Amino acid sequence: MIPLSHTLIVAAILFSISLAGMFLNRKNVLILLMCIELMLLSVNLNFIAFSHYLNDLGGQLFVFFILTVAAAEAAIGLAILVTMFRNRRTINVQNLDSLKG
Amino acid sequence: MIDWPILSLLIWLPIVGGVGIVLLGDKLGAGRQAALAIAILTFLLSLPLYFSYDAAAGTMQFRESAAWIEAFGINIRYELGADGIAIPLILLNTFTTVLVVIAGWEVIQSRVSLYMASFLIMEGLVNGVFAAMDAILFYVFFEGMLIPMFLVIGIWGGPNRIYATIKFFLYTFFGSVFLLVSLVYLYMQGGSFFLPDLYMLGALPETAGTLVFFSFLIAFGVKIPMWPVHTWLPDAHVEAPTGGSVILAAITLKVGGYAFLRMALPIVPEAAMEWSWLVIALSLVAVIYIGFVALVQTDMKKLVAYSSIAHMAFVTLGFFLVFKLQLSGSDPSSSGAVMAVQGGMVQMISHGFISGAMFLCIGVLYDRMHTRDIKAYGGVVNRMPIFATFFVLFAMANTGLPGTSGFVGEFLVILASTKANFWVAFGAATTLIVGAAYTLWLVKRVVWGEVTNGEVDKLTDVNKREMLTLGVLAFAVLLLGLWPDPLTGFMDASIRQLVATITDGMTVVTAQVGG
Amino acid sequence: MGTLYLLIPLAPLLGAILAGFFGKQLGRKGAHFVTSGLVAFSFILSVIAFMQMDANEVYNQTVYQWAVIDNIKMEVGFLVDHLTIMMMLVVTFVSLMVHIYTIGYMHDDPGYQRFFSYISLFTFSMLMLVMSNNFLQLFFGWEAVGLVSYLLIGFWYKKDTAIYANMKAFLVNRVGDFGFLLGIGVIVIYANSLDYITVFERLGVAMGGDNNMLPLDALTQAWGLNHQDMIALLLFIGAMGKSAQVPLHVWLPDSMEGPTPISALIHAATMVTAGIFMVSRLSPIFELSDTVLNFILIIGATTAFFMGLIGIIQNDIKRVVAYSTLSQLGYMVVALGASAYSAAVFHLMTHAFFKALLFLAAGSVIIAMHHEQDIRKMGGLKRHMPITYWTSLVGSLALIGIPGFAGFFSKDAIIEAVHASTLPAAGYAYFMVLLGVFVTAFYSFRMFFLVFHGDERMDDHTLHHLHESPKVVTIPLILLAIPSVIAGYFIGTMVMGDFFNQVTLLPKAEHLHQVTTIMVDHERHPAMEVLREEYHGIFSFIFHGMIALPFWLALAGVGAAWYIYMKDDSIADWFYNRFQWLYKILDNKYYFDTFNQKFFANGSLNLGTAFWTFDKTIIDGLFVNGVAKMTGWTARLLSHFQTGYLYHYVMAMALGVGFLMAWLFMALSA
Repeated sequence: MIPLSHTLIVAAILFSISLAGMFLNRKNVLILLMCIELMLLSVNLNFIAFSHYLNDLGGQLFVFFILTVAAAEAAIGLAILVTMFRNRRTINVQNLDSLKG
Repeated sequence: MIDWPILSLLIWLPIVGGVGIVLLGDKLGAGRQAALAIAILTFLLSLPLYFSYDAAAGTMQFRESAAWIEAFGINIRYELGADGIAIPLILLNTFTTVLVVIAGWEVIQSRVSLYMASFLIMEGLVNGVFAAMDAILFYVFFEGMLIPMFLVIGIWGGPNRIYATIKFFLYTFFGSVFLLVSLVYLYMQGGSFFLPDLYMLGALPETAGTLVFFSFLIAFGVKIPMWPVHTWLPDAHVEAPTGGSVILAAITLKVGGYAFLRMALPIVPEAAMEWSWLVIALSLVAVIYIGFVALVQTDMKKLVAYSSIAHMAFVTLGFFLVFKLQLSGSDPSSSGAVMAVQGGMVQMISHGFISGAMFLCIGVLYDRMHTRDIKAYGGVVNRMPIFATFFVLFAMANTGLPGTSGFVGEFLVILASTKANFWVAFGAATTLIVGAAYTLWLVKRVVWGEVTNGEVDKLTDVNKREMLTLGVLAFAVLLLGLWPDPLTGFMDASIRQLVATITDGMTVVTAQVGG
Repeated sequence: MGTLYLLIPLAPLLGAILAGFFGKQLGRKGAHFVTSGLVAFSFILSVIAFMQMDANEVYNQTVYQWAVIDNIKMEVGFLVDHLTIMMMLVVTFVSLMVHIYTIGYMHDDPGYQRFFSYISLFTFSMLMLVMSNNFLQLFFGWEAVGLVSYLLIGFWYKKDTAIYANMKAFLVNRVGDFGFLLGIGVIVIYANSLDYITVFERLGVAMGGDNNMLPLDALTQAWGLNHQDMIALLLFIGAMGKSAQVPLHVWLPDSMEGPTPISALIHAATMVTAGIFMVSRLSPIFELSDTVLNFILIIGATTAFFMGLIGIIQNDIKRVVAYSTLSQLGYMVVALGASAYSAAVFHLMTHAFFKALLFLAAGSVIIAMHHEQDIRKMGGLKRHMPITYWTSLVGSLALIGIPGFAGFFSKDAIIEAVHASTLPAAGYAYFMVLLGVFVTAFYSFRMFFLVFHGDERMDDHTLHHLHESPKVVTIPLILLAIPSVIAGYFIGTMVMGDFFNQVTLLPKAEHLHQVTTIMVDHERHPAMEVLREEYHGIFSFIFHGMIALPFWLALAGVGAAWYIYMKDDSIADWFYNRFQWLYKILDNKYYFDTFNQKFFANGSLNLGTAFWTFDKTIIDGLFVNGVAKMTGWTARLLSHFQTGYLYHYVMAMALGVGFLMAWLFMALSA
């Protein structure tokens, strides 16, 4: 039996990797999207772990919701990405600074 | 008495009409006509105010009362009413709006409907300020007024209009933010925004009273404007189109004066009394200092704008003399306090006519020459004799010549200030010399002399439309100067009540402090 | 009577409106007939009013209520007594003469109707001024005549000098009005009324005797002035502006830029004497203050003598007469200071006739000379213009006070009054007015000889066209010459008699002086009493005048003028070379204009520029735009944090969450 803490640690590591990926990545927007997905997955992992630990199916139910939302998000995100590339001929994160003050 | 909601009508008819014109005017191509119709209708509707007001009573009449915002236990009400102080100003407002609509008839060519609508909406909001008896309602109208004027200067203004309009907006807005804080504080103390309730508040803690007074002073002082928070006015005037200048000078400034009378003096009489010396000093500075500044202006509009500041200083001077006079007067029924307030009020009405007329005159010249530089003119009388007659008349009114309305207010304020302190009167009376100097010098450089250049040579005299607006104003200026009794008699009872309220406030304070 | 009195001022007003607004429709003829006719109507009504006047009753009624403020009634109303009626007669008569004269003088002027409109408007304003029964209306009339004067001096608005002069006139008058208005203010403090009679009554009560019941305030007391001094002084400053007394005289010589008829009407006969009228009308107030009476004596005497001196070196025919007017106004003011109000008013009347005559005659000369005004280019006009010559002679003789002519009676009365005055300043004043007699005679006849006698110094073209002026010009001259001779014979009633003094305005009250039209405190100011005692009929007065010093001084003046300018002009040159410095001072009019220009005009402009710079740099620059700049600067600084890069934001967010959590843990664990 894997103890809860192990699962939580894995989830935390995943979360941290995705967070780090977000602000260390200077190249591709695609990677950002992947990081977001990874972050969501790490959260899902937590849900499942707690669901199992507490014996409550509600957690697993939520995972499905999140997966759905993540899929929708990925779809929209990719669509935006495509439009952005069409308009600006680049999806390089370093070039995306039109919100600069 | 009138049993229909006349004040609401005066507020909402122009506003709704204005919105309607924005939406439909350009489509139908009749924005001007519709605006004129609404303006005249509003003016006619406002006349019953004068004729059915019971001036002998001097109380708040034409009352309207309804609940407005009651959520969360806040008690903000839609309270309207008008007395002898508000009604002349409402009439001035409705009257001037008609003139402004006529004055902009063919001068404004772009976005006519929006232009006309701005003035109508402005008219409604200003009527709201004069009629509001609830502090928050007052505040809403007071702030709302900024928007149409902001648009008028920003859209139809001169080359530097963006700077001017933003300066105008931020300056006045800066002042009124403090006002809001004070109103909320007063509500905390009294549990009501109803002005008569606020008059009854009695003594506030000393620092609080002073702070509230200063917030009023900043809010209204900017609006009037008082020295040293006056610098928005010349810029706004210079950039504003003629109609905007007229409304700005004739109406917007009056809101500040009215607010002093309606809010600052009766709500915090003790602090106002304590600081009246400051306001009097600032007013005198404005009269003298601004007079000299006006002397060296090279831009006609700036000159008249500065002269407006100097003239409005008589208003604040008159209002704040009340305390000294009421305290020193052996006989309170003729201490001079009523005279001082009367003087300030007449000065406001008269300044509405005169400065409006001066700006219209400058507009007439500007429409033909497209410059406001005094140097570009000279010998205008040779080509525009009728215009010159009007211009000299209004200039003389501006110098306070007896027989014109400009004299009445200054005369009363100077008389009252002599009663308070000879040297205050001495300072105020310098306007007789300085005011004459800058105005006549302007007249000399613009009107008299040989035709100085080809541009002037091509000038044509006023057309029928301009003659109508200037003629009506000339009539008003002369009537008020030769026979002010219909106005002063109308205001008398209300002003006496106001002075009594202020005095009561002072005595309550003294009693509380003493007890 | 009320309607009659109302019609007198309204008739000229109607004329002014008709000529002003409907000038085109009326045409030139129509305009002058309407205005002259209405002024003539007004004059006839004044005569009727005078005839019907009951000597012991005063008309004092309100026309309408202007406003009631603070229980002070402000009204427009008429007070008609002998003083008023005399002024009304003088004003309407001279105005009528000038109206008629103008028909000839302004014949070719494009602004013909406008001119008639203005002079009728002036007549209206002046009548309102003199007929007023309260201070408000007095001030109305006061400023209204100033306005018309402004318009008329600048009548030829294309002339630079004219539009400069009219502005100067208005502004200098405003300095006087400034004092006047404050004076009214101080009166209101004590009397709480603007009505003459009430004010006299209440001031009499408040200030009876010398006690200072109501001190004005600390500063005026430090100057040693009490309230009655203050009131009288401030009112007199008003009079100084309008009646052109030193140092507020500077506008009058420049006002000669206006057409000659108005110089006669406004700047000689009527408007400038408004100050004299005002002080006489308010004599109950002035009688309360010896300090101010002394001041009045000094100012008047200074004006009388020193302004006359300038007249000697002027070469412009109108300016000579203008300085003579200044000097004569000085005489009137001296009389006021000596409490000889009736003598002042009497001189006002005679002066109105002969000075209007002199101005109109000068105008007649100017037309004949084709608008040449330099007396050095005239001469020998006697032959060509006999009527102008003889009427001028009458005017000049009246001016210098040759016994038998009007000016003699009024001027001698003044000199005698000053002599009899017991005030400390009377000695100086007496000396000055005596010297003034010589100066007056000298400059008058210098001009007279240079214009009418001697060689014809004009160019040939002018010489060939020289002829007497048309009838519309000469008839007014003759009509004015008549009273310039005979008006003096009224001295018996007007000055020495009770014409002004015994019209009682108020019932005698125990604690009051008896307030009469002209009130003199005979105990403190006995000059008039002395004069009356010494007066034994008109012929003895003339006879006495012939052996008195002023007459010989006048003769000496005429003789000197004749000798220097007709006989031996090397003397003039010698004087000129010997007293170069004096000439320079006189030529620069004692540097008043230079000083005013440098100090007041330029000073104001510099002050204005300084204030405006302060406005622009400190208030607007430092504070207003400074705040705006501060805000912008801070925002720009902070905007560096807004890089636009997503990863920066994410990092900031993560750090923020980290800090928050850390803080939360610490807070929970503590």
